[in-house]
Amino acid sequence: MSSAKKSRGEKNFWRTLRRIVSFKRKYLSIPYFIFLILFVLIPIIIILVYAFTKTTDAGNLVFSFDSLVEFFSSTTKLNVLVVSLFIGIINTILCLVIGYPIAYLLADKKVNKNYVMVMLFVMPMWINFVLRTGATRDVLYMIGIKGGEHPYFATLIGLVYNYLPFTILPLYTTMIKLDRSQIEAARDLGCNPVQTFTHSILPQSVPGIVSAAEMVFMPTMSSYVISDTLSEGKLTLFGNSIANSFNNSLWNDGSFMAFIMLALIFITMFITNRFSKDSGREAGRLW
Amino acid sequence: MKRTLSVNERKLRRNAILHKTIGQSIIWLVLIVMYVPIMVLIAFSFTTATNIGTWTGFSFDLYKNLFQSEEIMVALGNTVLIALISSLLSTVLGTCGAIGAFYSKKRSREIIESVNQIPVVNAEIVIALSLTVMFVFFQSYILGGANVFSFWTLLVGHMILQVPFVYLSVKPKLQQMDPALYEAAMDLGCTQTQALWKATVPEIIPGVFSGLLLSITLSLDDFIVTAFTRGAGLLSGDKSIETLSTLVQAKIKKGPIPPEMRALTTIIFILVLVVAVLVTIYRNRSVKKTRKGREA
Repeated sequence: MSSAKKSRGEKNFWRTLRRIVSFKRKYLSIPYFIFLILFVLIPIIIILVYAFTKTTDAGNLVFSFDSLVEFFSSTTKLNVLVVSLFIGIINTILCLVIGYPIAYLLADKKVNKNYVMVMLFVMPMWINFVLRTGATRDVLYMIGIKGGEHPYFATLIGLVYNYLPFTILPLYTTMIKLDRSQIEAARDLGCNPVQTFTHSILPQSVPGIVSAAEMVFMPTMSSYVISDTLSEGKLTLFGNSIANSFNNSLWNDGSFMAFIMLALIFITMFITNRFSKDSGREAGRLW
Repeated sequence: MKRTLSVNERKLRRNAILHKTIGQSIIWLVLIVMYVPIMVLIAFSFTTATNIGTWTGFSFDLYKNLFQSEEIMVALGNTVLIALISSLLSTVLGTCGAIGAFYSKKRSREIIESVNQIPVVNAEIVIALSLTVMFVFFQSYILGGANVFSFWTLLVGHMILQVPFVYLSVKPKLQQMDPALYEAAMDLGCTQTQALWKATVPEIIPGVFSGLLLSITLSLDDFIVTAFTRGAGLLSGDKSIETLSTLVQAKIKKGPIPPEMRALTTIIFILVLVVAVLVTIYRNRSVKKTRKGREA
């Protein structure tokens, strides 16, 4: 029974086994990686499979471009895509136009020294967003703007309300790092306010603008609750359209639209990555 | 010469004051407009009218009704339970993932990080639907039709939203950490597990904590993933799990926000305000601390 009686081969065997099983720090990422593969990669692969297949009468999946043809020949779906892109762009511009000066002023020590103000702008994010959307609709209704009559206008108001905090935060993080002495130097060297802005402030804040736009544009296109609630179902954005296909058991068509959405996301990511290296990380810096 | 200088100075000071007033009024104006919907709800939480805009006298009845409404209380309980359970699990999983990836080879770290980035940039609706499709696939081809949608599918859905952000908030802390610390702990006789607990974990705790807070907010606010991946369970019993988001969504599809929800909004608002003030105090203190550290 004692270890002395164990043969040399046996000892070697146990030693090797212990070395393999023994704890290493890098093993900690194994459960995490398995989780990501199971619930991120596999679902996306299944979506891609559904996007380029169809179910035959016998119940088998066969490769086909039916969903692609269906999507690009349907004027309603193309229309939804164009309208969503349009609403996404308008909302991004509105959020930037309102959020940019606010972020600049909040970061300007001469105007605001209090971090509470920044928190006040971010706070609505922590109140349940469905509740906020409902509140916006009810208040608009109260003052006579009915979503059923002005679907675009009401939806845009709801979108700006919802996404403004998400714009202000990344912009503020960039603005706080602005080189104030460079701005002053530009002024001293005879730049008028417009020139100071275009030559010094704007170039310095490009990373913030890019990550703010990234946080608004794609989520707007794929938003579901806001457009549904504020337009009282009159305005269908791409997100609603995808969900509707799945709710009507049109899995292949829905998957193809999800594929389009994914493609758009990766295209925008590719473009924005050229402007700022880790804008994706900014998204995680809410706290 | 002296006089002109003082005139200039006065002018500069006047400009600075003007700059400050204009700046602050713009900030306040936007802030007030931003808070109109919430403030209107809060104001009308003290009257019992069904629609906002009509005032039928001051009363606290809505607050009483709120706590007697089983529907809302169940939804609230579910929301809090899901937020706590999912965010704790995500924090553990994500933190372990970040530590493991940090000490892995560059190649495997890059693979993990690029997969990690997918849910961060992906649209929530695509996350929700791809998960649902996978669950249905699993249900019909592997389980032979048995219902798979339950609390567990909902939990996975929420964790997928949270985990990448935990990873991203822990990672910078690992990068800032002094690598000699772990080695020192090992040299002083710690086992690998002890060194990890005593040297690494205390260093990355702020990142872990912010990952946890972010996870909680992501879970509390989620509608789409919840609506698609939920099944029966938790406080809802045999019925499909209702969270605050799904309940409010179902209600506002039919009509205005239910009166009791206005009282709930007020309570949530006050809670959030308290948290915001606490975060500010904490932040100001840590800013002061780092400033002192730099001076010393």
